Amino acid sequence: MKMTFSRKSLGIPYGIFLFLFVVAPLVVIVYYAFTNGSGQFTFENLTGFFKDPNTMGTLVYSLFLAFVTTCICLLLAYPVAYVLAMGKLKLRSVLMMLFIMPMWINFTLRITALKEILTLLEGNLAFYPFLNSVIGMTYDFLPFMILPIYTTLSKMDLSLIEAAQDLGADRKQTFTRVILPLSMPGVISGISMVFLPAMTNYVVLDMLYNSTYIMGSLIGSYFSAYNWHGGSMISLILLALICIFTLLSSDRQEETRGGNNL
Amino acid sequence: MKDNIIELINVTRRFDDNGFIAVNDLNLDIARGEFVTLLGPSGCGKTTTLRMIAGFDLPTSGQILLDGKDITDIPPNLRPINTVFQRYALFPHMNIYDNIAFGLKLKKLPEEEMRRKVSHVLEMVDLEGFEKRRVSTLSGGQQQRIAIARALVNEPEILLLDEPLGALDLKMRKEMQIELKAMHDQLGITFIYVTHDQEEALTMSDKIVVMSEGKIQQTGVPEDIYNEPANAFVADFIGESNIFKGIMTGKLKVRFCGGEFECVDDVDEGTLVDVVVRPEDVILTAPEEGTVSGTVTSVIFKGIHYEITVESGKNEMVIQSTKASKVGDEVGMKLDPDGIHIIIAEDNTTRFEAEIVDGHTLDYNGKTINCDLSKVIPGCSVRDGELTDQSGNKVDTSAMKILISIEPGDIEMSDDVEAGITSGRIINLIYKGDHYSYVVRTGHGHDLVVDDEYLWNMDDQVGLIMPEDKMRFAVKK
Repeated sequence: MKMTFSRKSLGIPYGIFLFLFVVAPLVVIVYYAFTNGSGQFTFENLTGFFKDPNTMGTLVYSLFLAFVTTCICLLLAYPVAYVLAMGKLKLRSVLMMLFIMPMWINFTLRITALKEILTLLEGNLAFYPFLNSVIGMTYDFLPFMILPIYTTLSKMDLSLIEAAQDLGADRKQTFTRVILPLSMPGVISGISMVFLPAMTNYVVLDMLYNSTYIMGSLIGSYFSAYNWHGGSMISLILLALICIFTLLSSDRQEETRGGNNL
Repeated sequence: MKDNIIELINVTRRFDDNGFIAVNDLNLDIARGEFVTLLGPSGCGKTTTLRMIAGFDLPTSGQILLDGKDITDIPPNLRPINTVFQRYALFPHMNIYDNIAFGLKLKKLPEEEMRRKVSHVLEMVDLEGFEKRRVSTLSGGQQQRIAIARALVNEPEILLLDEPLGALDLKMRKEMQIELKAMHDQLGITFIYVTHDQEEALTMSDKIVVMSEGKIQQTGVPEDIYNEPANAFVADFIGESNIFKGIMTGKLKVRFCGGEFECVDDVDEGTLVDVVVRPEDVILTAPEEGTVSGTVTSVIFKGIHYEITVESGKNEMVIQSTKASKVGDEVGMKLDPDGIHIIIAEDNTTRFEAEIVDGHTLDYNGKTINCDLSKVIPGCSVRDGELTDQSGNKVDTSAMKILISIEPGDIEMSDDVEAGITSGRIINLIYKGDHYSYVVRTGHGHDLVVDDEYLWNMDDQVGLIMPEDKMRFAVKK
């Protein structure tokens, strides 16, 4: 009895934290999102978001930027993760380290360095704002794509690959029918770790002189203009998008999850 | 001529990263339709052999023939061979139907035929109607059956089974043994089965291949493997056995354990032999009626029988008997001639080469061995450490080496790995009645046999002390 009490009480600090910094702010956001300046309940913020061509334009631009970034990250990360996980490399841990290391270097420093390199190559950063943003984000988020894919691939039961070959699959068929589907959980968690931040991380754009708004900068602008109601609604809409994406992908993961393999 | 489906010719597999030789110059023929079991302790090379037949592993040297055609370098997907994996290896992202139909889909079979074949193999493994089930909802035994069905649906010429029953409980294992045997009889295809479980091998196989340290120790039908083990390793590995050192004392007469017994193996008088006696073949008698007698030191009830250990002089004999004895009883022991199996003792002398330093010292890997070379090289004498011939000229020893040999019983083992001329790890031990016979693998990868009356553990690191007065020297030019 005493034991269960003390175990449960270990959760109290986090419970308090959860309430103060997760539940309470969420309630406040919902409150602001559905009220107007005089504190009355309204759907105007919601309808306003979808009516305003500016906010919709920002949403589309953000989605597109995030989509391109995610695709490039995936195309770069999968082969790297595959070679790292499946190859018989003696320097596997060193290579892995090389790909992870940028995460340990201060973000501002990295982007500043990138800015200098891009300026050197392009002359003026203002010529290619979209391209520069994609490069910056890819540079920033690539490790988050490599890691989960690497983890699922390296945990894969090698006898499954041998079983596919044994049953007559050549290398390509083994990859498309067994390795790729089984690595989907890693791909999906990689996507969710890249796509969502890429929609909102406006610091990269700011630093690379891309003045186009994305969702993050849009929310920021609302709050700095003291329009807390509109800003909260945009945050809530983003939250809803994230929820939908997460639910969809967890369904997929449920399907592809490794079965009872002892 | 026998119809061989698989032939392994001088197959060796060495692993590059650590130089370990998993399979060493193996030759093996497998006849069409046979149920062959590769049997041996872990690390004996049986799984590597199977993987080379499947195509997952390539031999470092040697050839693998299928129906007389060389398939050594053909990838696994092009071999008419299917495998049942140790841990089933069912695809977790597919249902049972898709798992079984995996191979058929790759062959682009018509949907209708595919359906028929899948339901046919499901029927064969007693899991009708499981098509839509997910892998994770199946028990271990059911997953194993699906794995067998998935391999058989491709109608392979050879089915490879890599310890397929290892993860099942005892009762399920016994059931599956019988079912697998029945399946083999029904299908008529070749089964190659890998296991470390001797009972499994004896139950199911037409032919057993006993392996140890990458080599075949014996090939034969189960009865021969059990009754006529080719060497002490096989006798020790298959079933319980007492192994004694003995000597032939006359026509069909052998002396061991302090007694003279009649036997049925005709071996020349004076030959040193290993004698194998199965515990169930020893007949307990009154002390004065037995060929030898001894004192009971332990009695363990095993259900069907008692396991009785009798000490007779320096020897120890394990006996299975349905009648109980008491610890401390004096008993006699008798053996029927066909209860004694004679193995001509292997030559386990250790031989190695040393460099000549001067007239009375040799060098072996930096260790000094004293040896009077004038007694080794005929017609030479040693003067001031120099080796001279009869006319007083210096003998050129640069091209000469000294071959040193020493008997297993003369080598001593020590906890101090620096104590002796070399050191190594114990990789095998067999109890031989009054002493243990160890195989020690040195750092250079040489295996040598050491006899010692004390028990050391597997994997112990030991220093090997070789007394110089027990060494025999010979010149090697």
